[in-house]
Amino acid sequence: MIFFSFAVRNLKRHWIRSSLSIIGIIIGVVAIASLGIMGNSINLLVANVITDVGDTVVITPHTAFVGTFAGDPRTATDAAIPSREVAEIRRAANPHRTIPVLQGADEVEFGRGRSGYARIIGLAPGDIPALLNLAEGQYPRQNQPGALIGIHLAREYGIAPGARLRIGGESIRVAGVLAERGLAFDINPDYAIVVPDSWYENHFGVSDAYPVVIVRVSDIDEIDTVKEAIESRLNRRKEVVDVADSREILRQYKEVYRQITVFLLAIGGISLVIAAVNILNVMYISVTERIREIGVMRSIGAQRRDILRIFLYEAMILGLIGAIIGGVVSAASGYLISVVALDLVTAGMAFGEGLTVFDPGAVGYIIFGMAFGVATSIAAGFYPAWRAAHLNPIDAMRAR
Amino acid sequence: MSDEPLLLFEDVSKIYPLPAGDVVALDRVSLTVDPGEFIAVMGPSGSGKSTLLNMMGCLDIPTSGKIYLSGREVSSMSDDDLTRIRRDQIGFVFQQFNLIPLLSAIENVEFPLLLTAGRAENRRRAGEVLAAVGIGASHFFHRPGELSGGEQQRVAIARALANDPDLLLCDEPTGNLDSKTGTLIMELLAAENRRGKTVVIVTHDPEVAAYARRTIRLVDGRIV
Repeated sequence: MIFFSFAVRNLKRHWIRSSLSIIGIIIGVVAIASLGIMGNSINLLVANVITDVGDTVVITPHTAFVGTFAGDPRTATDAAIPSREVAEIRRAANPHRTIPVLQGADEVEFGRGRSGYARIIGLAPGDIPALLNLAEGQYPRQNQPGALIGIHLAREYGIAPGARLRIGGESIRVAGVLAERGLAFDINPDYAIVVPDSWYENHFGVSDAYPVVIVRVSDIDEIDTVKEAIESRLNRRKEVVDVADSREILRQYKEVYRQITVFLLAIGGISLVIAAVNILNVMYISVTERIREIGVMRSIGAQRRDILRIFLYEAMILGLIGAIIGGVVSAASGYLISVVALDLVTAGMAFGEGLTVFDPGAVGYIIFGMAFGVATSIAAGFYPAWRAAHLNPIDAMRAR
Repeated sequence: MSDEPLLLFEDVSKIYPLPAGDVVALDRVSLTVDPGEFIAVMGPSGSGKSTLLNMMGCLDIPTSGKIYLSGREVSSMSDDDLTRIRRDQIGFVFQQFNLIPLLSAIENVEFPLLLTAGRAENRRRAGEVLAAVGIGASHFFHRPGELSGGEQQRVAIARALANDPDLLLCDEPTGNLDSKTGTLIMELLAAENRRGKTVVIVTHDPEVAAYARRTIRLVDGRIV
């Protein structure tokens, strides 16, 4: 149709101006799409890495809960829950299993001259099977102390059951290798060594100080009841402990990452708004320059909607070209950004392996970015087009 | 054809309200234009010639009074209807030629045809009209900027004739042309008139007015 070819010719006539507008749209679309993809990747990563332990209540000392979750190292060093309070928790949580957790760190010699610092977790031997699964080997028995090694640590140093480690100079036999657990809200043993609580207390010379207490609730519906029971028993006079359940923490996590995604999209949106203002400006100039031409077209029988169409086509063409190029670029850059982001977040870990960057969510963001780019361009072109269509033909022909 | 006038003005006034006071561009003008007439509208600057021509061409509506085109009252029509009348029944020729610079000669002539939905063979018709006003096929695809003034005005006349209008309205059609080219353009318009086209020309130039068979003189918005 002539109106379409009209629009194309005018854009070609002012190709520098048109190209600059298109670049604006490309940047906007790329920003929206790639930032969306990035947010999406972070979400995916978190969802993959975090173990949803839906049946766990995590109790931490109130003063220590300055970090974001129970795994925060400060939780382990700043404060602890004494046995007296553990006993209170046990009573409140009855009949559910209460598991006090000891946590610290020490230098570990893995043999063949290799050593490094690792997190040491102390648990009552009876509690270990309730909390952690084995990949190989056996759980330590009461009369036979042995350590369980986290799977990533075991892989890194080639440790198998039966090997001996020296923790802070003290030798201990490896009884088993723990199954991968992922990032959990209670304890994270994948890079740690789990030892019996008696061994831990002897070795570190501590007792009566538990940085974390875990309650496994057998029935998920009872979580709130258990939380309330603990709260009312321990926090009656003042806040002694913080009580959180993993669902709640997971929900907060997801909320945080959702906000990050929205924030990233908003940044992309701003750049697209800037692109829209540019298109508005370009279209406005175009209308002003062609005011006489518009008057002539109207006087020889072009309807208002015909004029509207000419200018809307221009905006749409700019938007479409920008969106298509932007879509291609953002597919590439989104991929790169995600790979880099994954790399940063999962540096040295095995969690991120096998994560796909391009899931339907990411493609959705590209399509969303492109659609948003086209829609913004048309919206920006609408006012100048409308103005052109409603010019009085006599005045328009007399202009200039 | 009936003996109904092509155009009928009844007490038509046009008043432009301005802060310094209303300007009366046309003051109770009544006139008729019969089919096949060749009329020159003359008068000093500001006498209302252009306003009269705009009213005839359905580009403007009167402040008071009534205008009938082929028996239909146009003075109270909607913008869409007026636009349709301009497209189907009116041909405009301007002093500045006013061709669309982005379109080639033949596309300019095609343009009003394309505005009429469902019209077939637009390109062929545009070529015929261009040939009829003396534009050779070698110039069909030239842009207006590549044509001389006289050629541009021929293309503009072809564009005005493309939809076979009832009325050809010309606003100083020779004003931007040298006298020799102007004469050729006037011959072209006179030929169209002989073929039965009703022509109204606004002009300052008595030589141009001499082609017309009737002259309307305007002073201060009134016919004298």
